Amino acid sequence: MRVRVNGVDREFAGDAAMPLLWYVRDELGLTGTKFGCGIGACGACTVHLDGRAVRGCQTLVSAAQGKSVTTIEGLSADGTHPVQLAWRAHNVPQCGYCQSGQIMQAAALLTTTPAPSDSDIDKAMRGNICRCGTYLRIRAAIQTVGRS
Amino acid sequence: MATETVDRREFLTGLAAGGLLLVVSTTGCRRVQDDLRRLARRPDGPKAGDALFTPAVYLRIADNGDVTVIVHRSEMGQGIRTSLAMAVADDLEADWSRVRVEQAPGDEKTYGGQDTDGSHSIKDFLIPMRQAGATGRAMLEAAAAQQWGVPVTEVKAQHHQVLHASSGRALDYAALVAIAKTLPVPAKETLRLKPASEFHLIGKEIPMLDLMDMTTGRAHYGIDQRMDGMKFAVIARPPVYGGTVATVDSTAAEHVSGVERIVRLDHTPPPSGMLPAGGVAVIATSTWAAIQGRNALKITWNDGPNNSYESTAYRAQLEESVRGPGRIGRSQGHTTSALAHAARHLSADYYLPHLAHAPMEPESALALVRDGRCEVWAPTQNPQDARDQLAKLLGISAENVRVNVTLLGGGFGRKSFPDFILEAALLSRAIGAPVKVMWTREDDLQHDFLHTVAVERLEAGLDARGAVTAWLHRSALPSIGSTFAANVLYQDEGETGQGMTDLPYAIPNVQVEAGPATAHTRIGWYRSVINIPHAFAIGSFIDELAHAAGKDSKDFILELLGPDRTVDMANVGVTGKEFNYGATFAEYPIETARLRGVVELAANESGWGAPVPAGHGRGIAVHRSFLSYVASVVQVQIMPDGSIAIPRVDVAIDAGFIAHPERVRSQLEGATIMGLGNALLSEITFKDGRVVQSNFDGYRVMRMDAAPREIHVHIVPSDGKPGGVGEPGVPPTAPALCNAIFAATGRRIRQLPVAAQLSHGERRAPIA
Repeated sequence: MRVRVNGVDREFAGDAAMPLLWYVRDELGLTGTKFGCGIGACGACTVHLDGRAVRGCQTLVSAAQGKSVTTIEGLSADGTHPVQLAWRAHNVPQCGYCQSGQIMQAAALLTTTPAPSDSDIDKAMRGNICRCGTYLRIRAAIQTVGRS
Repeated sequence: MATETVDRREFLTGLAAGGLLLVVSTTGCRRVQDDLRRLARRPDGPKAGDALFTPAVYLRIADNGDVTVIVHRSEMGQGIRTSLAMAVADDLEADWSRVRVEQAPGDEKTYGGQDTDGSHSIKDFLIPMRQAGATGRAMLEAAAAQQWGVPVTEVKAQHHQVLHASSGRALDYAALVAIAKTLPVPAKETLRLKPASEFHLIGKEIPMLDLMDMTTGRAHYGIDQRMDGMKFAVIARPPVYGGTVATVDSTAAEHVSGVERIVRLDHTPPPSGMLPAGGVAVIATSTWAAIQGRNALKITWNDGPNNSYESTAYRAQLEESVRGPGRIGRSQGHTTSALAHAARHLSADYYLPHLAHAPMEPESALALVRDGRCEVWAPTQNPQDARDQLAKLLGISAENVRVNVTLLGGGFGRKSFPDFILEAALLSRAIGAPVKVMWTREDDLQHDFLHTVAVERLEAGLDARGAVTAWLHRSALPSIGSTFAANVLYQDEGETGQGMTDLPYAIPNVQVEAGPATAHTRIGWYRSVINIPHAFAIGSFIDELAHAAGKDSKDFILELLGPDRTVDMANVGVTGKEFNYGATFAEYPIETARLRGVVELAANESGWGAPVPAGHGRGIAVHRSFLSYVASVVQVQIMPDGSIAIPRVDVAIDAGFIAHPERVRSQLEGATIMGLGNALLSEITFKDGRVVQSNFDGYRVMRMDAAPREIHVHIVPSDGKPGGVGEPGVPPTAPALCNAIFAATGRRIRQLPVAAQLSHGERRAPIA
């Protein structure tokens, strides 16, 4: 089957029941997408499927067939997506591990809701866990993008 | 910036090839000396006088003037790679844009203790790192003076150049390295550290060096390591501590596409220390195939005696344990009779459950064992214990083991244990290929070295004026020591010393006792460790006493602290650095003025005493841990459905001199959120010896929507000795939260987590 990942068409002949998470990590070496729980409860593996935020661990490769997948590596060529800029302006990351998923989730939110309210942010981001506790800075960074 | 590691031998060779390398002794750093003394006692350990027997930090200035700092602490979000590089670069007068860091591998002989725990990296290494920079600066200044033929007193380093003011001449460091490296290294005593007024990095708002990589997916953690020919392994481990494999049928697993091998791993009988639990490993061509293979294994287990471990029954045992006298940790005055004769006698039992670290990056390590050598890449807080354990387990010398430290996707104490690294090495040896061991979240939660479970009993006597005349604290919890030694029933001094025996309050009669508690699972270090139960009980009970005495909680704390003083621990029979985070009380005394200072700062900034809206309440608690002082004021709002929102937290810290305020604020924000999450939501329970929770649906942690809307971190300006920062923010948070709930509702929370006790529905963790 054919899957488009970060603008590149890929042929995949393996187990179609493999989650997209393991496909991009193990097969394509795109390790920016992280594993956190495997049950869609933490958001670390969030990628975009045709622009929509999905959990890579809950999305089979077969469900991405003929669609366009964007991982953190493909969000911008040089790390200058407005969400990435805001993340750095607010010094959001601590360990940084969950931040790929947080950034992908926030970027999708800001596409559909350019000026999200606090409750929009809660609703969109509550599925993304950060054990370091960077939530306040994530909220501030999203608000910065929302205001600009 | 990708994590790179440096080999000492290559490094020294690199020196010969060019550039200026400085190996700067950290002697004078007490904790390191401790480690060295410990090493020296080993029969096979290095001897004093051994050329390698000097812990060192490394600074390299290349011929083009670029600066490399070798960081020997593990990065897990505290920003230590950046903070230590700042320390070197500031005293070196380096241009920050020309500074990079490399990660040191595990090497105790070279670096001394590398275990990144106990919140001591800045405390122990700020000055040695600054001395490294100052040494380089002095040599570059001397080189310029020699080049120009002027006295060294006439030149001054500034922003990667040495300047000669009277002639207006300037030379970039690049032009001076060749001379500098031929000059003698100045003695430590002759070094001039910069005055604080001249700092251009230390104390400034400097972004983390890893920030760009962390926001672009380029940061590499343990789980991201790859190697040609690498296989993926997922392991089925005994579900009960001490259990073994009875039978295994791997027929179906072997037929899963991508599965290549099934490998049995030896189990380790309790106390299993840092060793793996054993089990059955599935080796495959991808993580997914390995997981599918494990799902297809049919295993029966011999559970062993720990299969009766059950959390409700165990709590009753702990409650029984604190009902009678325990092992005395501190005894001052005549507590029993003072309690008996007090005008009022109050008591309370507090319960805190096991917690799992649940770092967002589950345990993972890549190992290659070949030709009598072992190399691993792992997210470890403790590379040298990993190295020693690998050498021992594989039966090879530590010289033939290399532990490369990657970035850590969270640690919180879990990654001080190298069990997962050992698994990778055993499997690589078994199959003769590189193996990456992958832990799922289920593995992580069900095979953790858990935070202990505790019952804390407090009793106090009040006189007629509401002053506390007697204090009895009994604590029963399985000790971390039980993971390493058989028949450990009691907390040790390092554990009672986390809040109990070092009680700072001006109370005439104090008795502190540890009750017996048998461990049935592996107990480990969790961020803030035994301060969590002790501070929760103490901070909650003081609030209970304040209300009983009819006094304001903040005023009551200040009254209980008594006059500003250094607490005389020797006078109360508590001496020795094991009670004080590895420092003597002379080096880091307990100063009540600093406790008072953070209480007043947090209270004032929070608006303490001003009215709150209906349904809101404020709570306060203060705690000294890891040689720093933190007070928290939590404001809660009880929502119409009975759930709790947290509009605001004010947290004040006195950690002595602050090297990197931006990362101190982020650590305090994170510690507050972790402390609140622990208290509100998190609980690991056991049934039939097995962990009941398996993933983030059952093991609940703080999420965005439940997090405080505001956290205000207030740093006490200080030029005192640095204390810890990573951990001390956690302990006061839970009691401040529960005291706030009491203020809002009149309901006293004596068991955690809070969520299970809410009268109405609670916010559900989403499954997206």
